[in-house]
Amino acid sequence: MSPSIRTLTLFALVALLIIGTGVIQGWDLALVILNMGLVSAIMSLGVNLQWGIAGLFNVGVMGFVALGGMAVVLASVDPVGEAWAAGGARAILALVLGAATIVATVLAWKKTRNRWLTAAILIAGFVIYRMVRDPGVDAIEAVNPAGTGFLGGLGLPVVIGWMVGGLLAAGAAWIIGKTALGLRSDYLAIATLGISEIIIAIMKNEEWLTRGVKNVTGLPRPMPDAIDLQNDPGFVERAANLGFDPTAASTLYIKIGYGLMFAAVLIILLVLAQLALNSPWGRMMRAIRDNETSARAMGKDVTFRHLQVFILGSAICGIAGAMMTTLDGQLIPTSYQPLRYTFLIWVMVIVGGSGNNLGAVLGGFLIWFLWVQVEVLGPGFMTWVTGALPDDSGLKEHLLDSVQHMRLLTMGVILLLVLRFSPRGLLPER
Amino acid sequence: MDFLNAIVALSNFVLIPAMAYGSQLALGALGVTLIYGILRFSNFAHGDTMAFGTMVVILFTWLFQSWGINLGPLPTALLAIPFGIAGTAALVLITDRGIYRFYRGQKAKPVVFVIVSIGVMFIYNGLTRFILGADDQRFADGERFIINAREFKEMTGLDEGLGIKTTQGLTVVTAVIVVALLFWFLNRTRTGKSMRAYSDNEDLALLSGINPERVVMVTWLIVAALITVAGTLYGLDKSYKPFTYFQLLLPIFASAIVGGLGSPLGAIAGGFVIAFSEVAITYAWKKVLVYLMPEALEPSGLVQLMATEYKFAVSFMILVVVLLFKPTGLFKGKSV
Repeated sequence: MSPSIRTLTLFALVALLIIGTGVIQGWDLALVILNMGLVSAIMSLGVNLQWGIAGLFNVGVMGFVALGGMAVVLASVDPVGEAWAAGGARAILALVLGAATIVATVLAWKKTRNRWLTAAILIAGFVIYRMVRDPGVDAIEAVNPAGTGFLGGLGLPVVIGWMVGGLLAAGAAWIIGKTALGLRSDYLAIATLGISEIIIAIMKNEEWLTRGVKNVTGLPRPMPDAIDLQNDPGFVERAANLGFDPTAASTLYIKIGYGLMFAAVLIILLVLAQLALNSPWGRMMRAIRDNETSARAMGKDVTFRHLQVFILGSAICGIAGAMMTTLDGQLIPTSYQPLRYTFLIWVMVIVGGSGNNLGAVLGGFLIWFLWVQVEVLGPGFMTWVTGALPDDSGLKEHLLDSVQHMRLLTMGVILLLVLRFSPRGLLPER
Repeated sequence: MDFLNAIVALSNFVLIPAMAYGSQLALGALGVTLIYGILRFSNFAHGDTMAFGTMVVILFTWLFQSWGINLGPLPTALLAIPFGIAGTAALVLITDRGIYRFYRGQKAKPVVFVIVSIGVMFIYNGLTRFILGADDQRFADGERFIINAREFKEMTGLDEGLGIKTTQGLTVVTAVIVVALLFWFLNRTRTGKSMRAYSDNEDLALLSGINPERVVMVTWLIVAALITVAGTLYGLDKSYKPFTYFQLLLPIFASAIVGGLGSPLGAIAGGFVIAFSEVAITYAWKKVLVYLMPEALEPSGLVQLMATEYKFAVSFMILVVVLLFKPTGLFKGKSV
């Protein structure tokens, strides 16, 4: 089968799976799968850029996704004026001082190579930072702690929040890349894993910034509210003409709206990624991936190119994270789990076909579909498997209770099977 | 007197907990370092292997408890450890036979092994949660304290109490025994020597007739033992939750890398470096400082450098600093 026919067939299969879900299990579930599938596809596009095209082993995807989510809060939530008055200036000043400390430390080390001076600057800077920060943060968190207790955001339109998400992730990637990209591949993996945990720890702990574990709910939406639609006589009439009741029609309308917006973002990013892959730049990246030494001998700046592609891939993950938070309408720092937001994305890229952008997108849809369906269909399957056991059997009860953990197992098996029998993925790199 | 109080407070809140935590990390890091030395990849499934091993220990502990068997003042889990090791050994040997061996035959690149270990991680993770669930489990029993804080105060007349939990004492003692056995094995026995030879130079070891599959099998057995002991001790000392064990991957890897990947001695040193820094940086020093400083200089805040939630950041920063200044770790590890 030629590669393009294979691509078409597999994408048609995914479309069929989602449409089949709609026909059999209801369009609501199908749209849920489609929307998060689009977001997953964007994430795996970002990881594919780093791993598939440049060979960088980044297992900190969760951190960039979470930064994207945080960006939505920082950009699009309305500012809390009282909190700004109470300690906003102090908190911002502390951030600037903290950043200045790090810059000064790095500069001192680079210029003088004096350990004691560098350490002294770092410690002094840290003490000043804490002295400026602590009163300000306490003041901010004291303002109506049950309702706000944080600075809020800038009140910008939510779509700008997505771009801020990309920028924030790119900024973090720049810092991480500067320190960690020179390391060997497994050290880079551990470093990125660590940084993603740190980002989550910051989001859980810095209440003045993101409300921490108190979560931010009711984020602004780019779509009209379901209640407003149901109260709009024109909308109700159109829904009735199509044979829908207003409640069902309004949720479908909103989900389709999100789907279209996400699809637009995915198509733009996919086209850009394809153009990049087939450009001289893409060929250079693959040359660096395949043989770093010879690429360096050809005069390519390997370190800079790695940094560049690391930032680009992370920014894409940040955008996807921001979109996901918008779709959820809330930011819950405790919901970020590395298995779900880092390693599952890796399964998507590997299964889809690393190095092939379309493969990564396909993997995103397919693995997300399975991830949801294993949970939806798992209980039924388990009931069927345990059908022979008596109803009061403890084993049966236990198996039915723990069916939700089946999907981790399933993902592991899928990843291992693909690695073993089709190591280049469903859509291999050309 | 104040000085003594300060020392007691310091031991109670920093030295003793860090000692126990360091022993647990060291045992975990030894496993990582052995796999890296012999099989030459970073095993991402390590934390979940630990969770699995501890789960087997917990199940056997419950079984023994239901039979009324116990060790008096010591936790029953000690009795269950051999069974846990056997279960974990069976699991990792089956995994090696069914999965890793294929890639060894292909002479796959280390990064392929790492990705494969991510798949294994998913499976172990699902397996553990499927059997025992994702919740906290308590399985410690027996005497809770070797030295009780209140009794210590009455005995010495100091203001500060010193409490040593049984599990803390047990952790350190067990770790010393296990490490001593391991080093005896690696340095004195024929199999141990062949393992070190294989780790130093694979081709030369093969030429001198060492059977690589046997070396790999013995490595997995040792790793299974180390990881089960480490996981059980951690679970007894703190609590057991599969997700916490997954997260332990970071400090364990940091310990192994800080010490120098592939160096057993380094893994132990790294474990203690990470544990002591983690506890020291997230501890609120006010209590100790109040005893030591003249009244005028007493700190007003908690003097906590970082909130406890940032403990990952600590292991990570040490990791980065060591890698930047001493890329092969404190004890010269190997870099593949």
